[in-house]
Amino acid sequence: MSTSTIDPTPAAEIATSRNNPVIRRERREKRLRIVLPIAAIAIALALWEFLVWYNEVPHYLIPAPSLIAKTLVTDWASLMQSAVFTVKLTLMSLGLAIVGGVLLGMLFALSRPIEMSLFPFAVIMQVTPIVAIAPLILIYVSNTFVALLICAWIVAFFPILSNTAIGLRSADHNLRDLFSLYRATPLQRLRYLLVPSALPYFMAALKIAGGLALIGAVVAEFVAGTAGQNTGLASRILESSFRNEIPRMFAALFLVSLLGVVIFLFTSWLSRAVLGHWHESEIKREG
Amino acid sequence: MTKLPFHGDQAELISMRDVDKVFGNGTVAVRDMSLSINQGEFVSFLGPSGCGKSTALKMISGLLSVSKGSITVNGHPAGAGGDGDDIGYVFQEATLMPWANVFENVYLPLKLRGLKKAQARERVENVLSMVGLMNFAKSYPRELSGGMRMRVSIARAMVTKPKLLLMDEPFAALDEMTRTKLNDEVLSLWKTHGLSVIFVTHSVFESVYLSSRVVVMAARPGRVVHDIPLTSGYPRNAAYRMSPEYAESCKTVSSALEGTLDNVDLNH
Repeated sequence: MSTSTIDPTPAAEIATSRNNPVIRRERREKRLRIVLPIAAIAIALALWEFLVWYNEVPHYLIPAPSLIAKTLVTDWASLMQSAVFTVKLTLMSLGLAIVGGVLLGMLFALSRPIEMSLFPFAVIMQVTPIVAIAPLILIYVSNTFVALLICAWIVAFFPILSNTAIGLRSADHNLRDLFSLYRATPLQRLRYLLVPSALPYFMAALKIAGGLALIGAVVAEFVAGTAGQNTGLASRILESSFRNEIPRMFAALFLVSLLGVVIFLFTSWLSRAVLGHWHESEIKREG
Repeated sequence: MTKLPFHGDQAELISMRDVDKVFGNGTVAVRDMSLSINQGEFVSFLGPSGCGKSTALKMISGLLSVSKGSITVNGHPAGAGGDGDDIGYVFQEATLMPWANVFENVYLPLKLRGLKKAQARERVENVLSMVGLMNFAKSYPRELSGGMRMRVSIARAMVTKPKLLLMDEPFAALDEMTRTKLNDEVLSLWKTHGLSVIFVTHSVFESVYLSSRVVVMAARPGRVVHDIPLTSGYPRNAAYRMSPEYAESCKTVSSALEGTLDNVDLNH
């Protein structure tokens, strides 16, 4: 019965959180978060370089990082052309996956029967390995770029669809009641309640789909081989492996990874920018 | 009939006639509920969980339809009158939008009404200062304590200047001191704005402290078993809590409530 808890005064809490020691600690942590990974990678590269040099490993087995860097410079023009192709493919498939996933997700959230009828197709598309469908798509679609786009899209599309549908349904029930009470129009309900409620789910899906779009693009290119005239990083890798140009293979591989990292960093940043001020997943807890 | 100590005239505001509510799974949430509530009354619905008190509140607001019988609010069938401005609703949880700051949360009902932010600013700021949160307009719900969140929720309910305030166990999750404080704030809102309030609670003390009338409900099926007018005058304050009147009323309401619990035990 007799609780002695007094209403906490957030004014005071907020004030103390802006005190100097906390800010200083935060800045230090921020610096460390950049400095430590860079240092770790630098040490790993140095070790790699040293071991290759020390053991005299031939460059057609494992090239030293310095050789890979040199290849990056000498083959810059052709590698960049391929990178641009892969970036275009990845981003376009991700964009289409967002558009398609969100639209269909909204449709699913609006109507149970539509969801029940169409969901199996989405699941089948998702669970069938893309490597297995890609050859068919390449046969049916004459334009190689479009075929590759479809492959990457199939892979990236599903998480966005399912998360959007779940997210739109996740709005708080009392808030829904409140919107009914104030006679909100369907559009108002969508804009002010359902979309913000779905945003954390959508952002989680985007992080996954970004990576998947790249994987889809690379896998599809592998299946397509070096047939097309415009070729991406994956076909560069294939081509180099046929010609036993291992340093070039590593250089292309490096660019693929770099692309994946950039996509990851961007989607993470976007998620923080959109949700940071309110959603639990992105709020930094003060220790 | 004793003249009740609430303000305002005695025109009927809410009339429930023979209302039943049966849910899809066959549960009878409310049976044969008839009730007349006048303008300016502060009525508590008191009862054990499952007695249909929240269901009754939802039906009055129009959020739930009745299975049988009729409810009119201000002469209109429940949920059909006006444009929703007449009723303020406060849920058990604060039910704020976590992505919006305090100002945006309170502005919501006016925004849904099509008011621009500039037009609404004064009204929003007025209700915020009414609940003492003027300095927190830019804070997000997660930065506030439970009691402050509930104040935001009350401010949001008051921003449309409703005639009727429906409160569904609003302070059940709060600690005793915050609850006492908010009880006084609700009483002062009721008084200064000439509101009618229906307050759902499972606390005898809370219902006796606040209301001009306590409707005691029993469970399985949910129904009204006692309708107890409380004649103690307002304003009510800490001194009232110590008074013999208050103790007497608590005793009366408690024993009425115990009766409902006995029934439940006999039936099961």
